[in-house]
Amino acid sequence: MKRFIPETRAVNVVKRFTCDELAELLTAYLEDALDQPSRDGMRAHLSCCEGCGRYFEQFRATIKVLGDQPPEKLSAPVRDRLMSAFRERHRHHS
Amino acid sequence: MGSFEGGGLPPDDVVVTALRAGDEAMFAALLDTWSRGMLRVARSYVSTDHSAEEVVQDTWLAVVDGIDGFEGRASIKTWVFRILVNTAKKRGVRESRTLPWSAFEQDGGPFRDFGAARGGQADLAAAWPTPEGEALAAEVRALIAEALGRLPPRQRVVITLRDVEGCTSDEVCEILEISAANQRVLLHRARTAVRGWLADYYESVKQPE
Ligand SMILES: [Zn+2]
Repeated sequence: MKRFIPETRAVNVVKRFTCDELAELLTAYLEDALDQPSRDGMRAHLSCCEGCGRYFEQFRATIKVLGDQPPEKLSAPVRDRLMSAFRERHRHHS
Repeated sequence: MGSFEGGGLPPDDVVVTALRAGDEAMFAALLDTWSRGMLRVARSYVSTDHSAEEVVQDTWLAVVDGIDGFEGRASIKTWVFRILVNTAKKRGVRESRTLPWSAFEQDGGPFRDFGAARGGQADLAAAWPTPEGEALAAEVRALIAEALGRLPPRQRVVITLRDVEGCTSDEVCEILEISAANQRVLLHRARTAVRGWLADYYESVKQPE
């Protein structure tokens, strides 16, 4: 959840993060779960710290390859058994 | 009902009505859309592929038996996956596999080993190669599968649902009945660990310049 901070206080407030703090917040950042000053602070740090920029790229690359797992399937006998169970049930109930 | 290939599933009320009416095409579409994710989730709790498939089978049988009692408080997908998680947990206990599911502090707490997980700034000079070659891509896929198996179960389930299967964070919170903050911590720890293993792998295959 985003925190809503009164306009007057949010203006020009940018949180500063160390490299380790930034790495710890990457998922929150990607989930859009940070308040505005923190998000601005992340962006500011990422744009000027090469190491963190690369770490962030690797983090996103990791998420991407996780989504690239080969599809799995139920074996044909199990799928057939389930289809028959479904058919059977409807026959008995209707 | 036509085929759902390529497109998403219809809205829940359509799905539920069709299942109750005995629409086989709809049941087949659900089987083919959700079973792969269900197999992966089941594998986080049980020890063999065979067990995982039985868990998925038992889950679908429970769905078939229980669809008339489905009240629509959660989405149908959440409902099916909750039955799956409960079935898989019970089976996992029966297999007397240790389930650190209750030891939340252990994999949900703050980072202690941060520097190690991160690999240190100095190692970050080289960008990762793009896995464009099919051989490298296949190796990376195998490594990811192995990496998932090394994660603590809670982290494994969350990262599987989110990053492998593409569930939303809301869906994962509902399926596992955890808070958004817990979901995020588990996901982040899992991603950090997998990134670390991938980094080691890329380091090991790096061509000398
Ligand atoms: Zn930095």
